[in-house]
Amino acid sequence: MENKQTYTVSIYTENNVGLLNRISGIFLRRHINIESMNISKSEIKSVSRFTLLVKVTESQIKKIIGQVEKQVEVIKAYYHTDENTVYQESCLFKLSSNLLTENDEIQTIINSSKSRVININKDFFVLEKSGAKEEIEELYHTLDQHGIMQFVRSGRIAITKDEMKISTLLSINN
Amino acid sequence: MNTKTQTKPEIASKQKIHISGAEAVVRCLLEEGADLIYGYPGGAIMPVYDELYKYQDKINHVLTRHEQGATHAAQGFARATGKVGVAIATSGPGATNLITGIADAQIDSTPMVCITGQVASHLLGSDAFQETDIVGISTPVTKWNYQITKASEIPEIFAKAFYLAKSGRPGPVLIDITKDAQFETFDFEYEKCSSVRSYKAKPEVSLEDVKSAASLINRAKKPMIVFGQGVILGQAEEEFRAFIEKADIPSAWTILGLSALPTDHELNVGMVGMHGNYAPNVLTNECDLLIAVGMRFDDRVTGDLSRYAKQAKIIHFEIDPAEIDKNVKADVAVLGDVKESLAQILPLINENKHDQWLEEFTKLEAIEFEKVKKEDLYPTKDGLTMGEVLKEINIASGGDAIIVSDVGQHQMFACRYAKFNKTKSNITSGGLGTMGFALPAAIGAKMGMPEREVVMIAGDGGYQMTIQELGTILQNKTAVKIVVLNNEFLGMVRQWQQLFFDKRYASTEMTNPDFVAIAKGYSIDAKRVTKREELASTVKEMMESKEAYFLEVCVEKENNVFPMIETGASVSDIRLE
Repeated sequence: MENKQTYTVSIYTENNVGLLNRISGIFLRRHINIESMNISKSEIKSVSRFTLLVKVTESQIKKIIGQVEKQVEVIKAYYHTDENTVYQESCLFKLSSNLLTENDEIQTIINSSKSRVININKDFFVLEKSGAKEEIEELYHTLDQHGIMQFVRSGRIAITKDEMKISTLLSINN
Repeated sequence: MNTKTQTKPEIASKQKIHISGAEAVVRCLLEEGADLIYGYPGGAIMPVYDELYKYQDKINHVLTRHEQGATHAAQGFARATGKVGVAIATSGPGATNLITGIADAQIDSTPMVCITGQVASHLLGSDAFQETDIVGISTPVTKWNYQITKASEIPEIFAKAFYLAKSGRPGPVLIDITKDAQFETFDFEYEKCSSVRSYKAKPEVSLEDVKSAASLINRAKKPMIVFGQGVILGQAEEEFRAFIEKADIPSAWTILGLSALPTDHELNVGMVGMHGNYAPNVLTNECDLLIAVGMRFDDRVTGDLSRYAKQAKIIHFEIDPAEIDKNVKADVAVLGDVKESLAQILPLINENKHDQWLEEFTKLEAIEFEKVKKEDLYPTKDGLTMGEVLKEINIASGGDAIIVSDVGQHQMFACRYAKFNKTKSNITSGGLGTMGFALPAAIGAKMGMPEREVVMIAGDGGYQMTIQELGTILQNKTAVKIVVLNNEFLGMVRQWQQLFFDKRYASTEMTNPDFVAIAKGYSIDAKRVTKREELASTVKEMMESKEAYFLEVCVEKENNVFPMIETGASVSDIRLE
């Protein structure tokens, strides 16, 4: 029995309407939960990049990549293990402003976690933290003891250690 | 959009003309040579229909009686001609009624362009009358789709749609056009599309892979081929025949590959899969090399994958990279259009003879004949069999007809027993298994190939799913031969109920109307055959008719299709009774 593991999927696409539906549908019909998804500009003009995180077996991810690449507007899709990527997530905490004035420990937590205050007013302040999933989770548990008013985290974004030669591919296809 | 276009000198539209989006749609169809299309009008597509009225001397629009009929007719047209089929519908229910045909075309790789009207763009997302998100609905079952909201988008999107539908592994494309885009005027000019930046129609054939494949083929003692529709779609029939004849390799087919190789060819060893022939199924698990050509190892073909050709090396000739290793792991994958890859491999393979190996097919074929075929084709019991109807059609047609079958027992009998001399002659719903497919598909096939005889074969169940298309035949005088094999059952389901559900025939028995009277109501010559002695003469009469003809044959109620591989069983566990 093949083991499931976390894969980062990077998909380079034309920047067209409707592709999100097509790509997510490929995972949906196989009952595979997308743990996080980020869509943004890529390093190439007019080319978008999807970054997805899924937990599947290697044979599953190979077949999925094949199906993703079949989509007309997908230029190229890749999958990578954690070891082959440099990745980050980002999160925001909304916390009561009273903590800053009444709890000495908070400043220590902010400093030691390498997070930063990006907004402050009389009622609340917003703390931003970027890092690995585990770091964010650790900070969450620490702050949770002091009361978190709101919490949100982004999907994973990742840079692969291997080269992804999209520009070359596009010049071949052009 | 990053598409590349090519100019076509003879096209007069190089000069810009100021026209409406609706007229642009019609001109795009003409530019792509789509002069025979199928559809059903409605509110959101009325501007296009108004233009079709104006252009009726150039485009023949066939009014089907249901939008599903339009898609199946477009499929039948495409499968018989090799061209792109076109279906048009309005928004909302008109658009959703296309979905079954689109899904069918997607899984069977049929080139089709569907055009739907849509509510005006300012109403999109407002739950307006007859609004539905057809782009969202059709996404999983289209090769590509797009919603046009500006008339100026029409030429480029249509050019791209036709290019995508027919290139590489073909498939259905849907274009949704808002009503305001149909009314809007713009400067029209048309250029055909020849590439799309992110899309590679077909992989380039690797000489290394071809050499590896040739090496395996030259060393094999017991090679066997399973070929699919890729041979037909790639127009590779000649290359395929030269390949198998030089290497002397027994060749079996999937139901969509049927007719790519003449039935009587000495290397044609029959059908693989659930109701395929005994020899190719059993010997799949005895060959030392299995060569898949333009087929996708469908589960109906392979049975239990863990016991499928495990002893054999596998070569997979395939245009779609996603099919490689999807179901069966290939030792050598030769990616590319089979027309090119087979032409490349031909000089690298040795002339060979596999007489002993072929003899094994012959021996097993003889067993199947004794246990199954003899009684199917030359019955000793009183009741008429589906097999003998096919035998009579073969005699009357000489194997030259296009056979369009529906889905069920009759489909398996048709595929097993119909004889074919020419390619693109077997039209059936393979992957989706769509009951109701045959009648409209036969109409499309006959309209596309009017010089050929087109014989539709359906059961009493599937026939009634699109029976309204008799109206299309009436209106267009389409000379389709309609054969209904009536066993007053949903026969295939009944067979499964008999074998696997202790004969509990839940909702499969049918009380049928007077089919002959219905056909006559549509002014179609019609006869019912209940006795063996009437069969041959009536089939002959039908085939000699120059007009549409309806033939109902009342066959045995509880006849089964054998051989059969049960779900989950191995191909070598195929049952003969």
